[in-house]
Amino acid sequence: MESGLLFNLVTVAYFAAMLLFFIYLATRNNTVSLLATLTAVSGFLLQTAALGLRWYESYQLLGSDGRAPLTNLYESVVFFSWSIVLIYLLVDLKYKQRTIGAFIMPFALFSQAGAQMWLNAGIDPLVPALQSNWLTYHVITCFLGYAAFALACGVSIMYLIKIGKEEKYQGDGPMGGLLGFLPPTRVLDDINYRAIMIGFPLLTLGIITGAAWANYAWGTYWSWDPKETWSLIVWFLYAAFLHARFTRGWVGRRAAWLSVIGFAATIFCYLGVNLVLSGLHSYGS
Amino acid sequence: MTEKKNSLSDRVWDFFCSLKLTITIMLLLAVTSIIGTVIQQNAPAADYIKEYGQANYKLFVKLQFVDMYHSWWFIGLLGLFSINLICCSIKNFPRAWKFVKSPMLVASPGILKNSANRAEYTTKEDKQQLAGRLTDLLKKEFGKTTVTEVDGKLYLFAQKGIYSRFGAYMTHLSILIIMAGAIIGNLWGYKAYVNIVEGTSIKQVLSSSGQTPINLGFTVRCDNFSVIYYPNSRRPKDYYSDLVVLENGREMVHKRIEVNDPLTYKGITFYQASYGSAGNAIFKIKVTENATGKTMNFNARRGEHVKLPNGYSFSINGFTENDRQFGPAMQLHVNSPDGKHGRPFIVWQKYPQFDVKRAGTFSFALINYEEPQFTGLQVAKDPGVNIVWFGSFLMVFGSLTAFFFSHKRIWACLETAGGKTKLQVVANAHRNQPGFALAFDEFKQKLDAVVENKSPAKKG
Ligand code: HEM
Repeated sequence: MESGLLFNLVTVAYFAAMLLFFIYLATRNNTVSLLATLTAVSGFLLQTAALGLRWYESYQLLGSDGRAPLTNLYESVVFFSWSIVLIYLLVDLKYKQRTIGAFIMPFALFSQAGAQMWLNAGIDPLVPALQSNWLTYHVITCFLGYAAFALACGVSIMYLIKIGKEEKYQGDGPMGGLLGFLPPTRVLDDINYRAIMIGFPLLTLGIITGAAWANYAWGTYWSWDPKETWSLIVWFLYAAFLHARFTRGWVGRRAAWLSVIGFAATIFCYLGVNLVLSGLHSYGS
Repeated sequence: MTEKKNSLSDRVWDFFCSLKLTITIMLLLAVTSIIGTVIQQNAPAADYIKEYGQANYKLFVKLQFVDMYHSWWFIGLLGLFSINLICCSIKNFPRAWKFVKSPMLVASPGILKNSANRAEYTTKEDKQQLAGRLTDLLKKEFGKTTVTEVDGKLYLFAQKGIYSRFGAYMTHLSILIIMAGAIIGNLWGYKAYVNIVEGTSIKQVLSSSGQTPINLGFTVRCDNFSVIYYPNSRRPKDYYSDLVVLENGREMVHKRIEVNDPLTYKGITFYQASYGSAGNAIFKIKVTENATGKTMNFNARRGEHVKLPNGYSFSINGFTENDRQFGPAMQLHVNSPDGKHGRPFIVWQKYPQFDVKRAGTFSFALINYEEPQFTGLQVAKDPGVNIVWFGSFLMVFGSLTAFFFSHKRIWACLETAGGKTKLQVVANAHRNQPGFALAFDEFKQKLDAVVENKSPAKKG
C-alpha cells in the first residue's frame, strides 16, 4: 500500500523533528528551532495525507465497505500520533515555546513508530458491530482528548524537572543553563491546566459517544466492563485535577504529578486494558 | 457568627459542602473502581476459588468484590458524591444568582482603584455628552448598559456572559440527572434476551439476571434471518432479521433490524445480537438409479431413513457447510434390502457428478438445503435512557460553558472635578484573566477614540 510508505516517511520526519528539538535544547539556536518546527509541520501534513490515502485505499480494497481510518488498533495509534502533533502545533502557535517540542515529539514519534513496528496495518473488513458512525465520533473525541492529556503530561514533566532545580537555585538573576532555557514554570503550569481543560470535555464526549454506540449495538450504555471502567477512572482523575485547581490549592508540583498520573492512567485505559487485563482473564472473547 | 460556626450541624454541613470532600471522593472512586477491573465480576464461585483460593473467595464475598459496582460501599460512595454535589450547589447558588438579581450597577471605590484592567482619562468635555457616546460603545461591545447617577457622578455598567457562572451548576445538575436516569432504568427496566427461530414468534423473553420469563404484552415474529458474508470470506458483513410486531393478531410494525439498528416498540428495544442454526435442515436430494438412469427427488432430514426403490433406503448422517475448501457436503449411507448398513460416503453440493464414480446402486446429488436459523436478540427496556442522554448533553454543554466562557463586567465612572471631566473605566472577567487582559487592551483603543472625539485626551 502506498500509504504504508508515506507512514514510514512520517516516522522519519517525526524522528528528525525530535532530534532537531533536542539539538535546539543543546544549542539554543533559533534557526534549529525553526527547522524543527518546519519538520514537525511537514511530518504532520504528510501524516494527514497518508491518513487520507489510507481512507481512499480502503475503498479500493473493500469497495463500498471502505471506511475512515479509525477502526482498529493500528489506525487509532496512528490517529493518536496525529492528534498529539495537531495539539502541539496549536499550542506552539499560541504560546511560541519551542522547547516544548522536545518533550512532546517523543510521544508522537513513539506512537507512530510503534504502530509501524508492532501493529497489524492490514485493512480488514469490519465486523457488523463496528459499522457505526458512533465509532468514528467516539474515536475522534477520545483521541483528541488523549492527545491533550499527552501534552499536559509533557509540560508537567518539564515543570517537574525545572521546579526542583529552581527551588534550590540560590544565585540572583535568571537561572542559567538548560533549565533556565525552559519556559517559566508559571507558563508550564498554565499550559498544563489549559490542556486538561480542553482534554476533559473531549474525554467526556468520548465516553458519551462510546456509551451511545454501545446502546445502539447491544442495548446497554454502561456495563462496567474494564475498558469503560478505566475511562471513568481517567475521567475522575482529571475531574479531581480540575476541582483541585478551583480551590487554588493544587497548582504547581501537585498538579503536575496529578497530570502525569492521569496520563499514565489514560495510556493504561487505552493499551493496558487490552494487553494486561485481558491476560488475566478472557474479557472480550 | 463564630458561635454558630462551631455548632455540630454547621460542621456537618460544611463537611458535606467542602470541595476537599469532592476531590477525596473522586480519587476514591477512581482507585476503588480498579478492583472490579482486576477481579472478574459476577463469575461462578468455582472460578474465584480456582484462581484465588477458598479463603480469599470468602473475603471477596464479604467485601462484595465479586459484584463491586453494586456493592453497598460503592453505591454509598456514589450517594455521598451526590449529597456533596447537592449541598455545595445549595450553598453556592445564591451567590451566583446575586449576579443576576442585583448586579453591581455602581462601581465601588475599591473596584475603581484596584482592578487589574483599568483606564483613566481627563477631558474638558461635558460628562453627559461623553457618557452618551460611552454608552453607545458599551452597548455595542457588552450589550445592555445601565446608567446610574449618584451624588452627581455618572456610573455606567454593562456585562456579558453571565450564563457562564451557571456552567458548573449545569454540569453538576447533569451528573444528578444521569444518575437518576440510571436508577430509573434499573428499577423499571430490564435486560433480557430471546432466540426466535425463523418463521416462528414469541410472546416472552428471558431476563438476563434471573433467566425468568418476562411477558412482552405483544408478539414478535421473525419472518426471515439472513447473514451476508464478505466476498470470498467467512467473515459476516452483516446479519439481519425481519421482525414483525403483532398485537391481537394485527401486524403493528415491520422492521428489518441489524447490528447497530434495533427495533423499539412500546419502550422495549430488540437488538440483533447473535444467530445460530435451529437444527434439522431439509436437504433436497436427487437420486439416480444407475442401472436404469431413473432419477428421483427427495426432501430428507438428517437421521431420517428415506425409502428407495427395491427395498433400499438411505439416510443422512452428517452435514457441514464447508468441507475443507469444497463447500457444503453431506455424509450418507445406503441400506441394502436385507437391512445391512452400507459404508458411509460423502457428497459435495458443488460436484454433483462425483458420486457417479462411486459406482453404487444409486448415485446421489445434493441440490440444495434449507437450514432454519434462529436470530438471537438482546431485549432491553430502559425508561431512563433518554434521561441519561439529556443529562449527557447538559454535561457537555455545561462544562463547555463553565470552562470556555467567562462573565465579563465593565464599569465606568464620570465625575466633574475642577471644571474637567474625569473618566475611570474598569473591567474584569471571572475566568481566564490573561485572555481578558489582552481583550481589554484592544478595547482601550476604541475607548481612546471615543474619548478623543472632540479634544485629545490625556491619559491619567
Ligand atoms: C463528578 C461530580 C462532581 C462533583 C461532586 C463536583 C463538585 C463540585 C463542587 C463541590 C464544587 C465547588 C462549588 C463551588 O465552590 O461553587 C465544584 C465546582 C466546580 N465544578 Fe464540579 N463537581 C463535579 C463534576 C464536575 C464536572 C464534571 C465539571 C466540569 C465538567 C465540574 C465543573 C466545576 C466547575 C467549573 C466548578 C467551579 C465553580 C466556580 O467556581 O464557578 N464539576 N464542583
